[in-house]
Amino acid sequence: MESKRAEFLSGVRAELPILIGVIPFGMIYGVLALGAGLSSSAAQAMSVVVFAGSAQLIIAQLVGVSAPGLVIVLTASIVNLRHALYSASLAPYVQKLNSVWKWSLAYLLTDEAYAVTVMYYNRSIDEQLKNVVSGASEYNPGSKHWYFLGAGLALWSTWQVSTAVGIFLGAQIPASWSLDFTLALTFIALVVPALRDKPSVLAALAAGLTAVLTAGLPLKLGLVAASLVGIIVGLWSESRL
Amino acid sequence: MSIWLIMILSGLVTYGIRLSFIQLFGKIEVPLWLGRALRFVPPAVLSAIVFPELLMPSGTLDISLNNLRLLAGVLAGYVAWRTKNVVLTIAVGMAALLVLQAVIP
Repeated sequence: MESKRAEFLSGVRAELPILIGVIPFGMIYGVLALGAGLSSSAAQAMSVVVFAGSAQLIIAQLVGVSAPGLVIVLTASIVNLRHALYSASLAPYVQKLNSVWKWSLAYLLTDEAYAVTVMYYNRSIDEQLKNVVSGASEYNPGSKHWYFLGAGLALWSTWQVSTAVGIFLGAQIPASWSLDFTLALTFIALVVPALRDKPSVLAALAAGLTAVLTAGLPLKLGLVAASLVGIIVGLWSESRL
Repeated sequence: MSIWLIMILSGLVTYGIRLSFIQLFGKIEVPLWLGRALRFVPPAVLSAIVFPELLMPSGTLDISLNNLRLLAGVLAGYVAWRTKNVVLTIAVGMAALLVLQAVIP
């Protein structure tokens, strides 16, 4: 019981730096959603039902210009395609959990929760690999899903509160504070120590450069293309070693 | 289509995407190359998010000393590499950006 609680709390703690950047983002969504003509209740409900920042912004804007409903749903789905990668990436770690856990964690699987959780699982895999000598052969999830839950719920509650603040107060945080930069910084802090061998360095470089080249593509398709290029380059580099 | 229907459909599709592999893992045969590919998802995805944030903060490619986010980000990358400390990396990167913004008009 103690270790579940400890895992949950360290998940929350790991998510805290990211939340600094999420708060202004949530507020901006709230402001824009009302500006696009959504009611307060619809704007807030979308944060619960869709729970995906970029997609919510796009849905609100498309509703604002009266785009056809199916086009909006399709657009939102394409924007969220990258989550399939996250789902595949975390699937091996949660496969032993029961369905209620899987269904709950899938709901909480956002960019921000994924980033800290996958790094935590990777670190624990390394520790377990060191113990291979002692006979451990299969990944033992232990209570690590509580870490995932902690990170996910911390983000979820912050997202709900900050969209509510945006809806009721409007954008109050000046852009000159550059708080959105904390998201990029957190991802730098997570990715740099994970670049331990040549294939992962090449995967990161290839993905990053492709993302810059494809930044003009709509609907975050550049992010999906860049990730795939990075993965392919990583596999290619690994097979040559 | 009403906003509520749009919202519910978008939410269901988003949830389906997030659940997809988590639900199917173990029920379908995963090819070996796919298993090996998963290791590259974190560095690829995170870099694909970070690079444009640093190299094109205002939407166009800017590799110059006037790009303060690039300078602060490179410094943060160095701190992350040396210390592996998330909080310190964010603190140094954020402080660097705010100082640079204050110093350079």
